[in-house]
Amino acid sequence: MEEKNEFVREVAEKKYQYGFTTDVQTEVIDKGLSEDVVRLISQKKGEPDWLLEFRLKAFRYWQTQEAPTWGHLKMPEIDYQDISYYANPTAGNSGNSGEIDPELMKTFDKLGIPLEERLALSGTAVDAVMDSVSVKTTFREKLKEKGIIFCSISEAVKEHPELVREYLGSVVPYRDNFFAALNSAVFSDGSFVYIPKGVRCPMELSTYFRINARGTGQFERTLIVCDDDAYVSYLEGCTAPMRDENQLHAAIVEIVVKENAEVKYSTVQNWYPGDSEGKGGVLNLVTKRGHLRGRNSRLSWTQVETGSAITWKYPSCVLSGEGSQAEFYSVAVTNNYQQADTGTKMIHIGKNTKSTIISKGISAGKSQNAYRGLVKVAKTADNARNYSSCDSLLLGSKCGAHTFPYMDVHNNTAVVEHEATTSKISEDQLFYCNQRGINTEEAVSLIVNGYAKEVINKLPMEFAVEAQKLLGVSLEGSVG
Amino acid sequence: MLQINNLHATINGKEILKGINLTVKDGEVHAIMGLNGAGKSTLSNVIVGHPAYEVTEGEIIFNGKDLLKMAPEERAHEGIFLSFQQPVEIPGVSMVNFMRAALNAKRQYKGEEPLSAGDFLKLMREKRKIVELDSRLTSRSVNEGFSGGEKKRNEIFQMAMLEPTFSILDETDSGLDVDALRIVAEGFNKLRTPQTSALVITHYQRLLDYLKPDIIHVLIGGMIVKTAGPELALEIENRGFDWIKEEVGL
Repeated sequence: MEEKNEFVREVAEKKYQYGFTTDVQTEVIDKGLSEDVVRLISQKKGEPDWLLEFRLKAFRYWQTQEAPTWGHLKMPEIDYQDISYYANPTAGNSGNSGEIDPELMKTFDKLGIPLEERLALSGTAVDAVMDSVSVKTTFREKLKEKGIIFCSISEAVKEHPELVREYLGSVVPYRDNFFAALNSAVFSDGSFVYIPKGVRCPMELSTYFRINARGTGQFERTLIVCDDDAYVSYLEGCTAPMRDENQLHAAIVEIVVKENAEVKYSTVQNWYPGDSEGKGGVLNLVTKRGHLRGRNSRLSWTQVETGSAITWKYPSCVLSGEGSQAEFYSVAVTNNYQQADTGTKMIHIGKNTKSTIISKGISAGKSQNAYRGLVKVAKTADNARNYSSCDSLLLGSKCGAHTFPYMDVHNNTAVVEHEATTSKISEDQLFYCNQRGINTEEAVSLIVNGYAKEVINKLPMEFAVEAQKLLGVSLEGSVG
Repeated sequence: MLQINNLHATINGKEILKGINLTVKDGEVHAIMGLNGAGKSTLSNVIVGHPAYEVTEGEIIFNGKDLLKMAPEERAHEGIFLSFQQPVEIPGVSMVNFMRAALNAKRQYKGEEPLSAGDFLKLMREKRKIVELDSRLTSRSVNEGFSGGEKKRNEIFQMAMLEPTFSILDETDSGLDVDALRIVAEGFNKLRTPQTSALVITHYQRLLDYLKPDIIHVLIGGMIVKTAGPELALEIENRGFDWIKEEVGL
């Protein structure tokens, strides 16, 4: 029996292709969190005083708060003093910022993210972040010609302090929630994007997040500002090594969308989900929010969530601008002992605002998958419209799917619709496929991809192909 | 082609098949008739490897290979096809994707390259004509929103696509009106070759009028109690099964 478990474990872990670690000289600060640590991080990054003040205020606020417990999640106890808050894998570099440790280059190559521009996926610029530091951002110069700023947030603080200062915390204030306060105190790296007025960003911008060092947390901070009449499509991908400890990823993503501007934000989240026994895995506790400030601004969140031991995230939209439109498309897959509590918030403030929510949950193994969403229509939001559709698909009988839709409507010209379905992949369907020569794993992949295609189709082409494969791989071994 | 020796099978511990012996040669069509609950569908399910049934004794040899050792999809690759009594709906999966996955899985099994998208669609168009299946249906999800007749036609369409050597038609005539029955039966006949065989499970003569089986078996109580030529089906049509029961002392 022991031996069999070992085998099952091996097979289960093999399926996660990104579980390797990179052997690179990494500067890791001592574990623990205090004002001194916050100061140390700020100092290491050579930050101006106003940013240190921002961090300290956030830290002091965080100390007064407790972690939220309303999620449909069994959260392991997180010892915040047992985590290191800063790990720099570029510490071995000879101080010459142009040179990147070949090990780091190799790592990103292995992940399919070449950092040499000549090898890059056509039409995609990448900011590669490992642990607490941005390793490299490609195509910066080319984008600069159009006035587009795409760099790590640390660099943005130095090179464009006025922009960062204006927008940082303007969408997600540090008082927003426990994890947002934590992130605001200790955030390390992430991307900064500014698209100037009237510019249509000619490439997909993407950030690839990688956790490598043991015993550390990653506190990504991303800020995207899309000025009047501008457009950008932004992609985010993430992976982590397999470790038997839980690793914390507490991120904030803020997006500002101005008049007639449009932002598409796509995520393929594939953090290490833990092994088949539920050991290890990333705790993905994330606050993502966009503010549709301008008239007729548009924002869409598309997410494919297959990884993490725990996912707690609700990419949200505040629709202030008159006639603004927001979309949320989500596929969340949980297998084995994974838990997801994810969804969105659509806050309608402006007149004639419109939002669409399409959520597809897929649960397998002994996992728990919850959709949680809020549609709020303020008094001011005349003629606001929302359509929500939340579907759950179950594989097997030991998993759970839950839907928690909240509606809070204060304007009687608003139309808010909600639909929900739950279905199951039946033995009959699988056998029908088998009889036609399609094996069970392929059949599951076919059915799941069919179920999720409405969302997958929203992803940029290359991501869509990846996401399709990922859905199949994540559910391997979940049936039969 | 197919040889079944002393086959016993159970479902949920209850024995349904109690020693079936059956030999189908290349090019032959056999019909199996019998009352409800006699074990006809169990027999077809066991041949294709439905996991709900357990074989407790006996063997099935298909072209010299031990069929019972194979997974259902391998049996399909080896050339066995079941036209389901109740075809299953698979929402979200288009017929095109479904058929492509099935056909390419079979090609891979045989060491062949997958068909290109163009060749595949051309093949779909050709085969659709055999059962006069509307292109509207092949662009929909598998069996979803198909009428009873359309589902059965879709089964024969899939058979045409996969070109099995041994097909089982499990009450393919049930729920079909006269025209649909003719289309399905004629479609099946177009696919017949001297190298293909079939087992047709039915209650009625009218399907057999079209298919012209070589041999008729009567299945009662999990055993084949009588085997004869096509005239037997006509006799059953006129006289029912009671006289057979009496004849064999049941």
